[in-house]
Amino acid sequence: IYDRAITVFSPDGHLFQVEYAQEAVKKGSTAVGIRGKDIVVLGVEKKSVAKLQEERTVRKICALDDHVCMAFAGLTADARIVINRARVECQSHRLTVEDPVTVEYITRHIATLKQRYTQSNGRRPFGISALIVGFDSDGTPRLYQTDPSGTYHAWKANAIGRSAKTVREFLEKNYTEESIATDNEAIKLAIKALLELLESKEIETLVTEIEKEKEEEAEKKKQKKST
Amino acid sequence: MEYLIGIQGQDFVLVAADNVAAHSIVKMKQDQDKMFKLSDKILLLCVGEAGDTVQFAEYIQKNIQLYKMRNGYELSPTAAANFTRKNLADYLRSRTPYHVNLLLAGFDETDGPGLYYMDHLSALAKAPFAAHGHGAYLTLSILDRYYRPDLTRDEAMDLLKKCIEELNHRFILNLPSFSVRLIDKDGTHDLEKLIPVGAK
Repeated sequence: IYDRAITVFSPDGHLFQVEYAQEAVKKGSTAVGIRGKDIVVLGVEKKSVAKLQEERTVRKICALDDHVCMAFAGLTADARIVINRARVECQSHRLTVEDPVTVEYITRHIATLKQRYTQSNGRRPFGISALIVGFDSDGTPRLYQTDPSGTYHAWKANAIGRSAKTVREFLEKNYTEESIATDNEAIKLAIKALLELLESKEIETLVTEIEKEKEEEAEKKKQKKST
Repeated sequence: MEYLIGIQGQDFVLVAADNVAAHSIVKMKQDQDKMFKLSDKILLLCVGEAGDTVQFAEYIQKNIQLYKMRNGYELSPTAAANFTRKNLADYLRSRTPYHVNLLLAGFDETDGPGLYYMDHLSALAKAPFAAHGHGAYLTLSILDRYYRPDLTRDEAMDLLKKCIEELNHRFILNLPSFSVRLIDKDGTHDLEKLIPVGAK
């Protein structure tokens, strides 16, 4: 039945479906966005794929138009829908007003779409947060973030997904005029922010793997020498 | 009244269109560009009913761009031509058909240069050379006589000039200037406007 609302208020004023959607976002792999002086950087955590899986089919940074890109955290399938709608809107805007979209416009369009799904019958909210970057016609770099509730804000730097809090704290400490002075510096800052994540588990497991491999190689060489 | 022409060479396509936008007997605009860039290596030349031309061409243009954004690569000229034809055909038997005549010129990495003739009845034909408008009746025979598949860029240009001169000579209407463009493996190149001088 498509006549029943799924996202309804709780007695204490919460929209639980939206909050649950935000939880889904927190489970997704991290994405970080940084606005520099003449550059905008998007970085995403590359989830290690299964052995038989073709790596290159996992695309988390998508172009919406020649001058706007977005990265997302959360349900990949939901993201595909949002991205497609945004791409169509980018062309539609060009067709009707003969101008490319501003970053704010397309962000607002995506956010409005998300909000609509928090107030429609039979539908659930999109389980993604998006980081939208680009340059307006006047050359100003922009970074926006949207979330399942349909709100959007402009940011100097932000992160979404799994370790968003850690990365954001890192950015709050390290985003300074100097750290984004040049394009390269801004890119380095994004990479450094993502490296923050690799701290605990992954680097250690990788290190253990490498050490094991070295041992095995040494064993093989020894055996060869003796025969 | 309007004129389009396309000539395919070994590794390029040369296209030209007149620059007059007329309403009845008045030239409203003398520098109208009738070519629409569908992508880096595809041009759509479009003439016909006022309004329909721009509306249809821009619609196709934006859809080609949307394909690029969705799929990460551009449509080939063949695919673009067939997509355009399908759209034209679908609208033909609706209450709002588009009355436009088109030439689609493009360069494909694997197939090389291609020129496609399309008309308002949604016919599609790949041809080595083609023209639209009354001027076509005067120039197709010239193309028949002098066209060779291995034309160089300069030779194709000379052939184009021959055609324009014939229009100047025998066509009742005065078409003062023509936009000329060339498509090859490096993309679309704007060439100098052709301005025929005096009647012979």
